[in-house]
Amino acid sequence: MYSFTNGIRQGIRNIFKNGLFSLASIGTITACLFLFGVFYCMVVNFQHIFSEVETTVGVTVFFEEGTGEDRIKEIQTMIEEREEVNEVHYTSAEEAWKLYKEKAFPEGDNEVLTNLDNDNPLAESASLEVYLNDAGAQKELVDYISAIPDVRKVNASESVANSFVSFGRLLGYVSMAIIVILLAVAIFLISNTVRVGIDVRRDEITIMKYLGATDFFVRAPFLVEGAIIGLIGSLIPLAAMFFLYREIVKFVTEHFSALSSLLHFLPVKDIFIVLIPATLIIGLGIGLIGSYITLIRRVRV
Amino acid sequence: MIVLDHVSKTYQGNQGSIQALKDVSLSIDKGEFVFVVGLSGSGKTTLFRLLLKEMEPTSGNIFMNNKNIGKLRRDQIPKFRRGIGVVFQDFKLLKNRTVFENIAFAQRIIGVPNRRIKKNVMDVLKLVGLQDKYRAKPSELSGGEQQRVALARAIVNNPPVLLADEPTGNLDPTNSTEIMKLLEKINKRGTTVVVVTHNTKIVDEMQKRVVNLNQGEIVSDEKKGGYVYV
Repeated sequence: MYSFTNGIRQGIRNIFKNGLFSLASIGTITACLFLFGVFYCMVVNFQHIFSEVETTVGVTVFFEEGTGEDRIKEIQTMIEEREEVNEVHYTSAEEAWKLYKEKAFPEGDNEVLTNLDNDNPLAESASLEVYLNDAGAQKELVDYISAIPDVRKVNASESVANSFVSFGRLLGYVSMAIIVILLAVAIFLISNTVRVGIDVRRDEITIMKYLGATDFFVRAPFLVEGAIIGLIGSLIPLAAMFFLYREIVKFVTEHFSALSSLLHFLPVKDIFIVLIPATLIIGLGIGLIGSYITLIRRVRV
Repeated sequence: MIVLDHVSKTYQGNQGSIQALKDVSLSIDKGEFVFVVGLSGSGKTTLFRLLLKEMEPTSGNIFMNNKNIGKLRRDQIPKFRRGIGVVFQDFKLLKNRTVFENIAFAQRIIGVPNRRIKKNVMDVLKLVGLQDKYRAKPSELSGGEQQRVALARAIVNNPPVLLADEPTGNLDPTNSTEIMKLLEKINKRGTTVVVVTHNTKIVDEMQKRVVNLNQGEIVSDEKKGGYVYV
């Protein structure tokens, strides 16, 4: 029990004793986790917006001449059963003609066209519009549909789908790389802070060892020091992110109203339900790993 | 109690190897009072550090209470050290803690409950004659008093062995004699006492067993004698 309370008491004392080093470590962890938070918000919001856009990226399927409505419905069911498919919409030849008329003559009073109603020029233009859950799976789906007998043509806007996927991946990789570098810097700084603490208390540690203190008894204060630095370093960016996220969302929504139909931000709750535990765990982890690295090298009974 | 069986220790340095102890065999019985003497570089401190298991011998074995300490696992070392009280020339007291806290610290490390710590600490302070100074910080004490606090800390956990490395090195003759009287008192309670020193005067005064080291070898081992000059 004394080991535990002594660890906490001495750990807190260490932080104040090495004030400047502690501040530097807290600052780096704060910067690291703040960036982590920013990237996390960007990635999840991007994914959210992306998933909404994805469902509007469609594939249009046309059929061979003479393919009956029953066969088309059968193919529709086959496509609907696939995992990556969100929705399949059937446009009959009549609907296609009606849509064409509305588009070509918005006033809708052209008699010539009305006379053609009984001899639909788009008789072979029945189609299926397929909307995806996952734009990344578009190529696979197009291959699958193209291979179905009676399918004449599959129209897909591959470039849109591909650029969405590549941008998502690029953002993920860049953010991972920056976060990993910052994590390494933070661990290095914490291990230095703890090293200074060990040097300051070298005599005390020597005495403890001679008196028969265990590794845990000697190391506990330094682990507590690292953990507290890590936790403070994670609470500061969390508070900053909490305030800034709301303000930025508000600012973008108010000042870029043209984009408001495209940009649907996730609510604060949805972001922080993951960000709070993730940041605290990473902060604590950095603190403990940073101190442990130094301790196993420098404090042995 | 303490047995060194053909123990050698060689340090590897940049300028070649230095043999600090050469095939040393020694046996110290339970309850004995032994001086280990010798000039600087004779191997006294190496012997002291080996007995504390601060380092391993290059060859040979060291037994304490019939246990080969070379075979202790790393996690068994703290428990082994709790059986040895240690006193140093520079006292090694925690400067920012009171006399009471310095001694209590030794008890806290081994998990003695608070209610017993107070009694045990006051008992040893009484033994070393510093019961009135339990609130003082080390800086408020004389050298002799600081060494008495260090002695109190070394014996508060009732270790069967007490090792002292130059305990009078920083003290004047009067304080040195007082510390020696205290060590004798502790020895009479049944504790085995090993004192590493080059203080000829106190060795001659005490008339105890004297093991003389020279250039890493035992050159004499007198059951009851004075400092032997080599």
